[in-house]
Amino acid sequence: MSENNQRVAPISPAIIEATELWKSYEDDTIRVLQGVSLHVDQGETVALCGPSGCGKSTLLHLIGGLDSPDRGRIVVGGRELVSGNRALDLLRHEVGFVFQLHNLLPDLTLAENCLIPTVAAGTKRAVAEARLHDLAARTGLGHRLHTRIQKLSGGERQRTAICRALMNSPRILLADEPTGSLDERTASSVFELLIGMAASEGLTLLMATHDRALAARCDRTLEMRDGKILSNPAE
Amino acid sequence: MIFFRLILTNLLRHRVRTLMSTAGIAFSVAAMLTVVTVLQGAIGMFSGILSSDSETIVFEKNVSDLFFSDVAPGALHEIGKWPMVDHADPVLFGIVSSPDHPIITCFGITADDARLRKATWLEGTIVEFNPDAEGIVLGERAAEFLHARKGEMVPVGHGTFRVLGVVRTSNGFEDGGVFLPLKAAQAFFHKEGSSVITVKLRHTDDLAAFKARVQSTYPNLTALENSEFNRTYSQFRILKATAWAVGGCGLLLGGFGVANTMIMSVFTRIREIAILRVNGFSQVQVASIVLAEATVISLLGAVLGLVVGCALLITMKYLPALHGYVDASLRPVVMVLVLVLAVITGIVGALYPAFYAMRIRAVEALRFE
Repeated sequence: MSENNQRVAPISPAIIEATELWKSYEDDTIRVLQGVSLHVDQGETVALCGPSGCGKSTLLHLIGGLDSPDRGRIVVGGRELVSGNRALDLLRHEVGFVFQLHNLLPDLTLAENCLIPTVAAGTKRAVAEARLHDLAARTGLGHRLHTRIQKLSGGERQRTAICRALMNSPRILLADEPTGSLDERTASSVFELLIGMAASEGLTLLMATHDRALAARCDRTLEMRDGKILSNPAE
Repeated sequence: MIFFRLILTNLLRHRVRTLMSTAGIAFSVAAMLTVVTVLQGAIGMFSGILSSDSETIVFEKNVSDLFFSDVAPGALHEIGKWPMVDHADPVLFGIVSSPDHPIITCFGITADDARLRKATWLEGTIVEFNPDAEGIVLGERAAEFLHARKGEMVPVGHGTFRVLGVVRTSNGFEDGGVFLPLKAAQAFFHKEGSSVITVKLRHTDDLAAFKARVQSTYPNLTALENSEFNRTYSQFRILKATAWAVGGCGLLLGGFGVANTMIMSVFTRIREIAILRVNGFSQVQVASIVLAEATVISLLGAVLGLVVGCALLITMKYLPALHGYVDASLRPVVMVLVLVLAVITGIVGALYPAFYAMRIRAVEALRFE
């Protein structure tokens, strides 16, 4: 097992521990995060709510290792993140991402898209395919495995993205407005799927959303405004 | 499997770009193969002239070109009498011209020279080529372009000679050349000796002793084994270096083509690369996709180039204007070397694009729509 695959014993009970995160763009003129601290336990489902531009996505990007803070400390799954690309490599099998835009590769089929993380992880083909069939059956995509992404509906694409995010059995799922581009009915079913999969997989779900109704169905809701978390029961 | 699917998908997505890049490598490889093979062939033919029924060549030390070598007549007679020598044949090289043909190679040789003994006499007989003969023997190709037959008079250089015969040889230079009796050639080129002496020894074990004896008896001469001569003769080395340099330049251009294609490919796939990164692809895995694509392009181009190059060489071989001058025998070593060089060039061309792809920051790239 490679170093990146190793599950290190957490140094705190929290699976996500962010302390005093600061992030700004354009020479400090746009301050996106201003001293955000966050604590999420294993298996929790947490919704990040707030208006556009309040820093929800940036916070998810920092926690997922896609970006690095100007200041502050992030510990995910017992590992303290270092800067940018290296952080992403550190978390590559620890965290799954679901975005508002599904971010699937249009030239590949549903199955091929879902297998990408397993190729990256070097998972044996038989194991990867068994996992794919299991997830596809649970997300209602079993009959669409060999369909190209362009021929899938919006809901199917987002379910594919969820499927892909779970392929390597990550411990954390970060979802950035996963239902933002879907109609109300589809959004609800995708959210149900997300919550259901998180529960069945024992995942920690941290989700940025505008939809307060959906957010209310999570274990906790954190309200963000102007780069700060207004209410954090854990604090 | 997905890894290869990604590579294939990317290459097929921009078919024209891939094709242009492949064609660039193909033409570079074809050019390199053609130039190297033709020049190697020419070298082979020239060394073939020297090694006809002999394994050692004696010539003047430190001359840049055998045409300038002058081996004194005394040495010629002496060396032939040494007990270790089976036979020694003098050859006087000269370049002459005739109307419409600025360069014709002349060989001043003796009547018992292996070049004529081994040749197929199409017109005339070897008996007519005696030391006092005042005529010339033409190679088949020379007879064609000089429009001459046995018994006719042909203008060659500043003289006019009677054609004693026409011979067919397996060597392009000889086939397009003129053979004169050594005496006549010496008079024609105002030389007393010969350019070289080609020597066949009674036993190959005597080679070292022969070389040492030449060295001690004639300090201004040198004796080299044919293979040694081929390796060290400066003209051959210049020709080989030129061939590889010309081919290398072509390949370099092909490499720039691959680099251009790959960098364009990476620029248009920034978001896709970011998606791969977010889904666990390491920087090395991303780079290896770019490098693998370049390898596929280079390999395809190289194979296509080899086919085109071979076709070109075969065509040149049978072109009437080049008849006999192009030795299109393909050397596997050259083919493999060209193939390997093409692939390396492609990979080197893709290094910067691969490095660029590695450095793509997923968070910024995913903001692109």
